[in-house]
Amino acid sequence: MKKNIFSALLAISALLFLTACERPPIDAKQNGFRGTAMVDVQNPRIVAEKVKLNTIPPSSGAISGEGEKASKAYKNVQVLGDLSTAQFSTFMVTMTSWVAPKEGCAYCHNLNNLADDSMYTKVVSRRMIEMTQNINANWKSHVQETGVTCYTCHRGNNIPQNVWFKSPPQKGGNMLGNLNGQNSASPSAAYSSLPNETYSKFLLASNPARIQGKDGLPNGNKHSILATEEVYGIMMHFSQSLGVNCTYCHNTQAFSDWTHSTPQRAQSWHAIQMVKDVNNTFMVPLTSTFPKHRLGETGDVAKANCATCHQGVNKPLYGKSMLSDHPYLTKPAAEVNAKTVAMK
Amino acid sequence: MDYQNLFTQTQVTGPISRGVPINSYDQRERTQGVSFSGLLGRIGNAQLGPIYLGRLGVASLAFGMAAFFIIGMNMLAQVDWNPIQFIRQLFWLSLDAPAPKYGLGLAPLNEGGWWNIAGLFSTIAILLWWFRTYRRALALGMGTHVSWAFASAIWLFLVLGLFRPVLMGSWSEAVPFGIFSHLDWTAALSIRYGNLFYNPFHMLSIFFLYGSVLLFAMHGATILAVSRYGGEREIEQIVDRGTASERAALFWRWTMGFNATMESIHRWAWWFAVLTPVSGGIGILLTGTVVDNWYLWAMHHGMVPAYPVTNVIDPSIATPAFSAPLQGAK
Repeated sequence: MKKNIFSALLAISALLFLTACERPPIDAKQNGFRGTAMVDVQNPRIVAEKVKLNTIPPSSGAISGEGEKASKAYKNVQVLGDLSTAQFSTFMVTMTSWVAPKEGCAYCHNLNNLADDSMYTKVVSRRMIEMTQNINANWKSHVQETGVTCYTCHRGNNIPQNVWFKSPPQKGGNMLGNLNGQNSASPSAAYSSLPNETYSKFLLASNPARIQGKDGLPNGNKHSILATEEVYGIMMHFSQSLGVNCTYCHNTQAFSDWTHSTPQRAQSWHAIQMVKDVNNTFMVPLTSTFPKHRLGETGDVAKANCATCHQGVNKPLYGKSMLSDHPYLTKPAAEVNAKTVAMK
Repeated sequence: MDYQNLFTQTQVTGPISRGVPINSYDQRERTQGVSFSGLLGRIGNAQLGPIYLGRLGVASLAFGMAAFFIIGMNMLAQVDWNPIQFIRQLFWLSLDAPAPKYGLGLAPLNEGGWWNIAGLFSTIAILLWWFRTYRRALALGMGTHVSWAFASAIWLFLVLGLFRPVLMGSWSEAVPFGIFSHLDWTAALSIRYGNLFYNPFHMLSIFFLYGSVLLFAMHGATILAVSRYGGEREIEQIVDRGTASERAALFWRWTMGFNATMESIHRWAWWFAVLTPVSGGIGILLTGTVVDNWYLWAMHHGMVPAYPVTNVIDPSIATPAFSAPLQGAK
């Protein structure tokens, strides 16, 4: 009897300990030299869930650009004026299904006067279309020919599900209990106790995430352990957002060594630059356009990070491009640049 | 059959043992009450007491509890004094060392000052406890082997929290007081200084650590295996082998051609255990002070062969990093 109770207790505690674990089998794919433990580890059951969440929506196909231009037919078409009226009206409907499927046209438009710019959502949308064009034209180093559309981030939500705000200062007295911007079970650092608001440092301001020295012996490399933990924190965000581990980009014997890294690491370097452009050129200047309830606790605008597009997979929407049906979202670089400069 | 078990099944309860007589002053410091615990008897000696605390023990506990209290209060304040959140987030909470900007100076209490005080108190507590183990060993007429083994662990503790931070000129290099945070520190130290696995003293420390485990398993297994012949009476067998140690010795000569003796196996174990933190401490002390990137240092000295290169080029060489024109704007 005593033994039975003991075995039952053992079984229950074993179950409790294992609740956080994923059950085997796990798929492992080698992606580096043998012996380096460079393996992409994926749980096929979690992948199946992700596939459901990352399929592209049905499209009305490519629409002819022939015919009357939208800028002629409608008033106040500033960005998409070169589209044919057929393209323009189809894209408006498509965009509504991507961003405001429940609210419909009225989410951005004054229904009595569609050309009216009085709603903040319309102003933001226009700038977001320009941002999409800028990404597709100027950041091919990261998005390649796949590119992005509104759907890459929005997925049917008014606000993309993965955006970030600056953390408000910690509440409480000045006597004790300083969390130091870390030591919380925070999803932004993948539930580690590492610094959990590293976005401001690396995805808004321009700070290289490079802390290892280039020489074996001390030679002026003064980066602190704290700075290292900040880099570690943002790397946890990268890993979490893409559903990959460190070895997707690095040979972990020497994290900083480019000659032993995978090509994906260079891709993500361009990604960091792209996200800084998105946040600084497009999001931050829109701060005053947004109403107060759309801003963060410190009054800052919603900003992008890796998860905004990637949403748990290494290639957003598993690398399926939606651009072929929407060629106007890829404008020549010069045209977008000219507009960006003109706005300033 | 009882002796063939991995778990102690027999429990012999004898009369109370008060130990050898010690001087009358020390005698006063011991608790008088002695009790027996069947549960304790399952894993060790069933007799509880007499306990000797003494002045060193009391002082050590006072400092240790003060440090524990400071760390605990900081963690409680971090969760806004919510006891449920305190338990939920306990593994994440941490009392961190001062930020790098404070160097070796005194930081405000809430920005690392508490860490300095808790560190000072726990160091005092540990050193007092060391003196206690030393003095108690002498009082019983023992050698001081336990104290020196303990000292090797204290060496590593002091390297991590005192010697290396002082040499580096910053308290921020030291380990935080927290469950996950000290593990993050360990990983971050290795990453910052170019992979600690390429540090030869780290290698030695791992060798002695795994060696200790192996020796412990070999010795424990050997004695259990010959306990039916009285093999656990190891001390007597050092001078009078008897059939248990002869069989055990022959077993190892048969299986690996060499055997330790009833005495030397304990020297093996002591040295392996002591050298683990000693070599580890040397490795940590050299990290950042003498070597900045262990991987490059090891490659330079041809320690291991290099893996084939992937021909990936640092993109920042060809493309300047995006620097925000509106940096710092709201």
